[in-house]
Amino acid sequence: MPEIETDEIILKGIGASPGICIGKAYLVGQEGVNVIKRYPIAAADLADEVQRFKSAVQKSKQELREITANSPEDIRSHLNIFESHELLLKDKMLYGRTIETIERDKVNAEWALRKVVSRLRRMFKSMANNYLKDRASDIVQVSDRIMRNLVGKESVNIAEIDKRVILVAHDLSPAETSQIQLERIKGFVTDRGGRTSHTSIIARTLQIPATLGLVNATGIIQNDDILIVDGATGAVIVHPEDHTIIQYEERRARFERYRADITRKSHVAARTTDGVNLNVMGNIELPEEVVAVRDHGGDGIGLFRTEFQYMGRSGFPTETQLFDKYRDVVEVIAPKPVTIRTLDINGDKPTAQTADCIEANPALGLRAIRYCLRNTDMFHTQLRAILRASAYGPVRLIFPMISGISELRAANKALTRARQSLDQDGLAYDADLKVGIMIEVPSAGIMAAQLAADVDFFSIGTNDLIQYTLAIDRGNRQVADLYQPLHPAILRLIKQVIDAGNANGIPTYMCGEMAADPIHIPVLLALGITELSMNPMSIPVIKDTIRRLDREAAHGLIDEIFKLDTAEQIEALIHRRYCDMLPKDAMCELN
Amino acid sequence: MDSPCAWLKATVTIPNALGLHARPAAQIAKTVQDADVNARLATAHETVDASSIIDILTLGCVKGSQVTLEVEKCGARSENALRRLVSLFENGFGEHS
Repeated sequence: MPEIETDEIILKGIGASPGICIGKAYLVGQEGVNVIKRYPIAAADLADEVQRFKSAVQKSKQELREITANSPEDIRSHLNIFESHELLLKDKMLYGRTIETIERDKVNAEWALRKVVSRLRRMFKSMANNYLKDRASDIVQVSDRIMRNLVGKESVNIAEIDKRVILVAHDLSPAETSQIQLERIKGFVTDRGGRTSHTSIIARTLQIPATLGLVNATGIIQNDDILIVDGATGAVIVHPEDHTIIQYEERRARFERYRADITRKSHVAARTTDGVNLNVMGNIELPEEVVAVRDHGGDGIGLFRTEFQYMGRSGFPTETQLFDKYRDVVEVIAPKPVTIRTLDINGDKPTAQTADCIEANPALGLRAIRYCLRNTDMFHTQLRAILRASAYGPVRLIFPMISGISELRAANKALTRARQSLDQDGLAYDADLKVGIMIEVPSAGIMAAQLAADVDFFSIGTNDLIQYTLAIDRGNRQVADLYQPLHPAILRLIKQVIDAGNANGIPTYMCGEMAADPIHIPVLLALGITELSMNPMSIPVIKDTIRRLDREAAHGLIDEIFKLDTAEQIEALIHRRYCDMLPKDAMCELN
Repeated sequence: MDSPCAWLKATVTIPNALGLHARPAAQIAKTVQDADVNARLATAHETVDASSIIDILTLGCVKGSQVTLEVEKCGARSENALRRLVSLFENGFGEHS
């Protein structure tokens, strides 16, 4: 290879999943949407499929309008391109033909669109005039935009990556991450996102190094650039020099030894030095992750997110499809419990079924239990599937986003109806199934004493609870530093929930990323939480942390903490008090 | 079926350097759509729907080539539409050619 003067560039982002990887960059969204799945659509669903296509076109039109509206005057002539694109969206050769193709071939919208576009492309390719030949690119751009809105951004090409690469993207939605063939991915690098974003949760679960929130990584890194990603410190090194590579190779080996070491000890119970046992459980999103929970010494599944089966498809999954997956998970982890959360779509997890309504504030919109209570048939199907899985091992059911007592009662009523329908059909389920709610909306935390009467347990979902209480978007880098789990308001709210649970004789668990950081463990222990659930990868570290602590001694901590006014002071106090006992900053200072 | 259609016609020359590319095609299609008329664009070889950008683009008209604008006759709006279309060509689609 010729000698090229390429100075290494060091980028600094948020270390979102510890570990080091060295490899080639693969930029998502730079090569266009190129791999499309084809699947048949039943005659009865064709109208819905056409509607899905129309919604994607509508969304594309809005995007183009926004681009035009947000652009300064002086690039006016450039804007005409977008105006042409807007007209192209509804051009009968594209729009009309795609709808015809969906209906005639009974195929999904993505496939129909691609078929129409590739025919147009061929037509243009054969034209004599070079300039006009290139006009096919306008059509391709427009169809790419529609395609992105159909499938949810760049997911299609991610699904088919066939080399081991470091994925570089502006952002990855849960729908996209769910499509990635993870064994092909060495690491993640994104412009957006933070420690609690979905990409980082998935990355930690699968032990893939990730550095997020780099702002402009996609502008600096090019396809096939050699990268080093340090997911602990948040460094990304582009074009590393040889000695840097050697240095990081050594670090990688050291880190992997450490990880192997704590993983070996992970099957030992998490018992404090004064003999209090805590359950340390795993959060999962894909059924396959149950294996990671088991292998990392998890005491069960504290949160099984069920959205993935609803994503990237048209129409809702059937009861049998859901039941099969739930049962798989239950059987793998039994006799340890599985906490299945009912569907939490919308918010930041758009699905095909909900893509037709665009909400300005999805986190505050029609999502989770609100959505389910309005889509009663779909909810009924899921409740039946969960109940049926409970015949195969201990299952707990949990409702997300409950904000008050009437929602809880409506959800419980739906559950009763599902039980009755199973009774009628003579299908088995666990009559003692425990039912709980997520405490993630501040109003539910405030009303915990009232809600406690109607449930068997609480589980505090810290990611959303912090986001809603502090009004911080966890994906927004500008305010990410204000996302403070140790904020005095958060700790007071958590204490209030635990106290309300204790007063009513029900346990309070925690299933957010807050539980996965060793620095929070002394506080949670002192508050009296007995079960923590987190990404499977963090289980060994947290178990290791718990084994170093004394709960009795931690009790005094709460009074001291409540005398402090800021998250910074609280964090400093814990550092001072526990610096010797905690594993070195969640492995971050290992290097 | 409908009675045989009568079409208003005008022959124009492509004035701009880049030919009938996306932007002029978009202007033509928009004019036709806004006027809510049936309109076609014909060369010696082909006739296409003037409400479709893609269709217009497939004609592959370069500078200096001649096309015939055809608007289905249905009252004054047809004449207005044809006039507007012709003036688009005459003004070179607002481009410096």
